[in-house]
Amino acid sequence: MSGPGVGWYLIVAALLFGVGALGVMLRRSPLIVLLSLEIMLNAANLTLVAFARQHGNLDGQIFALAVMAVAAAEVAIGLGLIVAMARRDMPLDVDQASALRG
Amino acid sequence: MGDFLVWVVWFVAAGACLGSGIAVVTMNNPFYSALSLIGNLASLAVLYLLLSAEFLAAAQVLVYAGAVMVMFLFVIAYLGGRADAPWAGGSPLLRGAAVVAAAALLVEIVVVLGLAWGDELNGSAEIADSFGSPAEIGRLFLTDHLLAFEITSIVLLIAAVGGVVLGATREKGGATP
Repeated sequence: MSGPGVGWYLIVAALLFGVGALGVMLRRSPLIVLLSLEIMLNAANLTLVAFARQHGNLDGQIFALAVMAVAAAEVAIGLGLIVAMARRDMPLDVDQASALRG
Repeated sequence: MGDFLVWVVWFVAAGACLGSGIAVVTMNNPFYSALSLIGNLASLAVLYLLLSAEFLAAAQVLVYAGAVMVMFLFVIAYLGGRADAPWAGGSPLLRGAAVVAAAALLVEIVVVLGLAWGDELNGSAEIADSFGSPAEIGRLFLTDHLLAFEITSIVLLIAAVGGVVLGATREKGGATP
């Protein structure tokens, strides 16, 4: 394998995951939280693809494709929820959507 | 020379990936956040190509940067000014805790990587030219991973139906859908 080794890709994935986690915890807009979630899922995908390359085993790429499909489903549901919140004139703020708080 | 070129491409793609990721999290306007995420996904596709995951790179651009982000942009356009998201991150204590938690997560991952750096992460398997090609992925999906493939289709169907149910308007005084 020419160029950077697997470890360098894993470092990028770790940094990306950290950025995504920060976005989920810091931002209050449900839209930005969803976008940050996508970053975290993609960081995990990058790890899977890097290890698939290192071991020469395609199962990791299959798993990454499954993650992609689940992420698409999650976005469809999440955006549906956000539109429903907007329809009911609820504030678009994850801190104020606390009706189900235990 | 080829090795150097791969390093340059990796460096540019990784930098673009992290830069646009930070832009997604810091932008006030969700429209710009979504556009930055498209850049993030595109540079990730370049990294996938460097890892010889050709089909995955193509699917990333088509499914994510294409379909999913268009859905995002439509919803942001539908919400208009209501979607604007100023920082407003709760109390300073909560914000500090969030930063500490993210930093702790990052340190854990980096420490684990550092421990494995010397031996496990060195070298990689020899692969055939067809590694990661659509033909190979398709063959695996229809042989070893057929169940996962079928379940994925059901998950996507349920999500599509759920999205329609959540987004549907109720007629005034009519029956529930």
